[in-house]
Amino acid sequence: MQALTNRVKPVSREPMSFMERIYLPNIFKGMAITFSHIFKKQPTIQYPEQKREFSPVFRGLHVLNRDEEGRERCTACGLCAVACPAEAITMEAAERMPGEENKYREEKYAAKYEINMLRCIFCGLCEEACPKDAIYLSETFAPANFTRKGFIYGKDDLLIPDKNKAPEEYAAAKGAARV
Amino acid sequence: MTLLALDWILMLEKLILIAIIVFASLGIALYTTFSERKVAAVLQDRPGPNRAGPMGLLQPLADGLKLIMKEEIIPNSANKALFILGPAMAMTAALMTCAVIPWSSSVELFGRKIDLQIADINIGILYVFGVVSMGVYGIMIGGWASNNKFSLMAALRGASQAISYELAMGLSLIAVLMLSGSLSLKTIVDQQMAPGAWWNIVYQPLGFLLFFICAMAECNRTPFDLPEAENELNMGYHQEYSSMKLGFYLFAEYVNMIMSSAVMASLYFGGYDIPFLDESTLAPNIAAILGVLSLLTKIVIFLFLFMWIRWTIPRFRYDQLMNLGWKKLIPLALLNMLATGAVILWQQG
Repeated sequence: MQALTNRVKPVSREPMSFMERIYLPNIFKGMAITFSHIFKKQPTIQYPEQKREFSPVFRGLHVLNRDEEGRERCTACGLCAVACPAEAITMEAAERMPGEENKYREEKYAAKYEINMLRCIFCGLCEEACPKDAIYLSETFAPANFTRKGFIYGKDDLLIPDKNKAPEEYAAAKGAARV
Repeated sequence: MTLLALDWILMLEKLILIAIIVFASLGIALYTTFSERKVAAVLQDRPGPNRAGPMGLLQPLADGLKLIMKEEIIPNSANKALFILGPAMAMTAALMTCAVIPWSSSVELFGRKIDLQIADINIGILYVFGVVSMGVYGIMIGGWASNNKFSLMAALRGASQAISYELAMGLSLIAVLMLSGSLSLKTIVDQQMAPGAWWNIVYQPLGFLLFFICAMAECNRTPFDLPEAENELNMGYHQEYSSMKLGFYLFAEYVNMIMSSAVMASLYFGGYDIPFLDESTLAPNIAAILGVLSLLTKIVIFLFLFMWIRWTIPRFRYDQLMNLGWKKLIPLALLNMLATGAVILWQQG
């Protein structure tokens, strides 16, 4: 029969030679291979102590950003919620009162901002949709939790710590050098 | 008053020796489980267990503790007496072998000459064979009493495998016995130690190869681990076992490995003989201690070989196992025996 492609490899149906039939040379060959692996470099990373670096385009847990003066940037416009293909984001807007200018950047702000991390697919479309540079995906990921409720992250979980007041927590929330 | 005529100090001495050897073999078995995991890991480019203690050295203790703390389950449909007897038998048979192995020559303590062998019986190697065959009962009884089809299949396989390979093992051994003319392990070792004498491996390379393959099959080690084939029989004869009963089965396998390594070292590699060194030039106590170390080194090398093979060669199929045993190993062992006999006759003229 004509072969359909030129990649066909015919199977050898020849009876095994004596050396093949006594089987031992091949066993020794196999053992030499496993022995040589003793001297190979191990690719293991000792996880909790050492961590593998994320790629620069890694999309992890969200953070709500602040501006240089530490004010929240989010104006609760809802574009991220509209952009979200998994419908994981809900928010409630509120008006800024006089005297709150040091907390919120603009006249409107998000009183409630929730992301359901079980729905979120970490696509990053919210980040792209945001006109105020208020939401970013950090290089950290959501830790395990005991309940489903625990995966609904509120504003207190998402809002990034103030860079000026708590630089260490700020860096931890950000993950690697980004934002 | 005949009781008092017994050599009480000899009894005490033997009891202490038994205690030392049993606990030492259990301790070595404990760490063999650890080194098994380490060797497996290193051969597969992994670091292996390294969290418990420095370099993971406390891992076997953690494993043992875990097994002891687990819930003891005896299935309702199991035969309770036999179910308990199974692992007990496996462990007892495994440990009993150490009675006839000459661990070293004798030491002199408090003016007494103490042999570092529990019992130098004149049918030593026959005793080893008898006890090793008893070990199969552990598997068979455990598999039968579990009342589970997989366990039963495993027990069947274990029994038929042990019977087939014991034959070839015994036949390859006969060649050694023809050379030494004695069944006592001590005599066999002493003959190899004598100045100018070679180890038996020089005279019996084929015999050793056959014996080694059969020993691996007797210990149920991969590539002969059909009785506990994980992917066909999901764990085999110890499937229904939990807690320390399971621990006993797993442990008995390692004790068996150590004992068969010791037997192989004694039969073919000069036992406690130190190569290229005349022991009679040393002080007897030092020679004895060095002898123990020498035997232990040989055992460790064999154990590594066992593990190395386990992590290299995949399991045989059942028909391949039987083919190898009956159609290859037994004829080869017979041939080896005949050739040895012919050479001995020819040398005697």
